[in-house]
Amino acid sequence: MSSEGLQRGYAILKEQIDAPTASYLSSCVNCGMCAEACLFFTETGDPRYTPIHKVEPLKKVWRHEYTFWGRLSKALGLSKPVTDEELAAWSPLVYDGCSMCGRCSVVCPVGNDITYMIRKVREGLAAAGHAPEGLVAATRRAITVGSPMGVKLPALQAQIRHVEQDTGLSVPVDVENADYMLLLSSMEIMNFPEFIAAVTRIFDRTEVSWTISSEAFEATNSGIQIGVSDLAAELVQRVVTAAEKLNVKYVISPECGHAYMAIRWEGPNLIGRPYGFRVVHILELLDELREQGRLKLQGKETDRLTYHDPCQIGRRGGILEQPRNLLRAISDDLVELPGGGMMNWCCGAGGGVSSNERADEIRLRAFNRKKSQLDQIQVDGLVSACSNCRIHIEEGLEHNHIDLPVLSLTELIEKHLAD
Amino acid sequence: MSDTEFLLLVRGPLFTLATVILVGGVLIRIAEILFMGRKKSLAEARGSEASGGFRVMLSRSVPDADTFHRSGFTIISGYVFHIGLFVVIFLFVPHILVFERAIGLSWPGLPSNIIDATTVITLIAMLTLLIHRIVDPVRRMLSGFQDYWVWLVTALPLITGYFAFHRVGVSGAWMLAVHILSVELLMITFPFTSLSHAFTLWMSRWYNGAVSGYRGIR
Ligand code: SF4
Ligand code: SF4
Repeated sequence: MSSEGLQRGYAILKEQIDAPTASYLSSCVNCGMCAEACLFFTETGDPRYTPIHKVEPLKKVWRHEYTFWGRLSKALGLSKPVTDEELAAWSPLVYDGCSMCGRCSVVCPVGNDITYMIRKVREGLAAAGHAPEGLVAATRRAITVGSPMGVKLPALQAQIRHVEQDTGLSVPVDVENADYMLLLSSMEIMNFPEFIAAVTRIFDRTEVSWTISSEAFEATNSGIQIGVSDLAAELVQRVVTAAEKLNVKYVISPECGHAYMAIRWEGPNLIGRPYGFRVVHILELLDELREQGRLKLQGKETDRLTYHDPCQIGRRGGILEQPRNLLRAISDDLVELPGGGMMNWCCGAGGGVSSNERADEIRLRAFNRKKSQLDQIQVDGLVSACSNCRIHIEEGLEHNHIDLPVLSLTELIEKHLAD
Repeated sequence: MSDTEFLLLVRGPLFTLATVILVGGVLIRIAEILFMGRKKSLAEARGSEASGGFRVMLSRSVPDADTFHRSGFTIISGYVFHIGLFVVIFLFVPHILVFERAIGLSWPGLPSNIIDATTVITLIAMLTLLIHRIVDPVRRMLSGFQDYWVWLVTALPLITGYFAFHRVGVSGAWMLAVHILSVELLMITFPFTSLSHAFTLWMSRWYNGAVSGYRGIR
């Protein structure tokens, strides 16, 4: 099996190399600065977690296939191509020891988008059969059941019934021609149904016409996390089909960073065509409603708060201002984490790390970066906009015996809805 | 072969050959990269590729505060040696004469004692980076033969130039020939190693910045 897997992996790695990749690999001067940008290195001190080192299998293929020396030594039979053992050895580095946070990509002095290449390495490793078991299972569930956590429609319907009882409002499902179609992450459905309640109340008050599709409600995309583009495309296509069937104008990405990346920036490229609708993140929409004067807020938080930027929403997604605008409307005591915004440190659980049990230990070690950031500012509450960050940060805090509430920005906004 | 004949050979045909390899090699490398192409994003743009591309081409020369704090040594030594190299190569009067002969352009140079001091400072900065490369676990792990080789071919012209200028040891003509030869070694190494980052880094910054520009990230 391994030689066949290796062939597949090699072919995929080779196919992944485009102009930016070739430029990045040509430009690297091995200065090592990307190591200091990566929380998996800073918290372990293990050089193997150096971002550019994680790209090594791709670099080997590039050298072998596309560079002067590589082709020369290949022709002379001198060079050693990448082996299956090497691919297997890189699996823990690129899946467990990288959250695709993109911090290395904004630090590298020659301008390499290292994260972009790690994403490609994952494609090669997945094709070679070296993706971690946890992610393989999550992806399988996403394809067969429709959710990486195995959440089926009846579970969502049950939560919707609770929400309707709590709020006294109805949650629109499969409403054609609504303006907005809301996606949810399984984690929100199972662990944070308060999010659904918050959105329901906010949309009621701001008179937003919206719906949830019973056919495609899952926002996350395990196909991207694991690095299998065909599967990723299939998951995107389900959302696109549902949105186009319901004829909505917008699809809303919920509070989940990687879901936003998947549906907003990667989706059209995966399915090979632009959408017939637009994609907004819930924070973009809330801030827009606030600006238009439709979302009216009252009262201020008395606690000292900070905002944790989910990497794919902030640094990789460009939504940096909106959460701050929203928070300033309800808080006078907002402090930034050191480097907050563009240079914020990842919580440690993104990019599929949290669905990969093999990474449990290193994930909690990586959390020490967030912990030391928090130690520096001393706040009473941490606000974020990603259920995956939220669950992991809660776990990390508990692990370190720290008592600090972790809040969802959408839920916090809902508490301040003006009467 | 006499010293003078050797010098004539080195600064004549060999220099022409090295120039052809340098220019041709760099052009081929750039063309190779460009021809690999890239897919245009089909996602709805929030900003422009050009704005982000140009921004990162410039902004990436200035590290953010945290990076400076963590990698200050690499950054400072790196800056010193890059600026030093630039000064020594382009602002030494005899070098400017070479450029004038080759491309017909001329510009004012710096006094040779300043060039002399810059050469020494540049070499010291390079030496500290080499030591760091060897003792620091991350740099040591990343580095291979090529990294040490490009260090050597960058340092040799500085060392031989210094000796040629001070006429240390052997005859002036011979030392000058060795200096030019070492420059030629640098020139022919350039396109086929990471030295070509001098050109490709602008492309890398562009590609990286273009994605963030497209997504409207500032
Ligand atoms: S920071 Fe950039 S140039 Fe330096 S080692 Fe990492 S990828 Fe290479
Ligand atoms: S994307 Fe983030 S986690 Fe991955 S290598 Fe870069 S800095 Fe480290």
